[in-house]
Amino acid sequence: MIELTRRATFSASHYYWNEAWSQHKNEEVFGRCARRNGHGHNYTLEVTVAGNADPVTGFVVDLKWLKEVIEHEVLADFDHRHLNLEVAEFAEQKLIPTTENIAIAAWKRLAPAVSKAGGARLSRVRVYETPEIFAEYRGEN
Amino acid sequence: MPTAYFGRRYMLSASHRLHADSLSEEQNRVAYGKCNNPHGHGHNYVVEVMVGGEVDADTGMVLNMATLDEAVQTAVVQRFDHANLNFDPLFVNHVPTTENLTKAVFDVLKDALPAGRLECVRIEETENNFFEFRG
Repeated sequence: MIELTRRATFSASHYYWNEAWSQHKNEEVFGRCARRNGHGHNYTLEVTVAGNADPVTGFVVDLKWLKEVIEHEVLADFDHRHLNLEVAEFAEQKLIPTTENIAIAAWKRLAPAVSKAGGARLSRVRVYETPEIFAEYRGEN
Repeated sequence: MPTAYFGRRYMLSASHRLHADSLSEEQNRVAYGKCNNPHGHGHNYVVEVMVGGEVDADTGMVLNMATLDEAVQTAVVQRFDHANLNFDPLFVNHVPTTENLTKAVFDVLKDALPAGRLECVRIEETENNFFEFRG
């Protein structure tokens, strides 16, 4: 089995806020990330798929196809957006757009499309918020 | 709640000399080459710490970054940054190779972090070599 990783970048704004908590508790737990006007990052998304190389093409998946899937499923909604206000997982489900939750949301968007291609499965999603900070999700199994 | 992983990179600058007391001078030179230079040498190490666990429903976090920073600063950076690793008690009887440093950092961090959260420590000695320990 081979793992293949493609990187993509998107820029977005967010803030951390738990509606069930007081302002004081939000500021205590989340620090500067709780400022309600938000702040932004250049995120790097790493998408890893696993499978066997096709005997004819030598590909696990076509990287051009994977690029389009990432753009369609994730970047189209996340890039140059305010995650708390404009992206369904966070705006409607009131999920806090931490790096962990962004990785999980990206996984849930990508996994069905990758499975549909046949032959490969989504193995790992890693989201860098800065070059020094990242979160990773490998699915439930 | 789902299990996810959170990682953060820290820097520390330290010196070391690779020399095993159980080997002869010649054997040390053969085994460690220029890393056996008697006066030691240094690196800017990048320590990548990854924690894992359930994403907390209230915070959306695996572990608050402030908690991670505090543990890494106290247990690792303050101890090893701008220090000579050979003089640390951990390396009195162990050669401070980056393999051994990675395991040592994992062990001290494991005790400094909430139980069961430390997943992996990766140390980059230079841009071209790195070491990982997962317990």
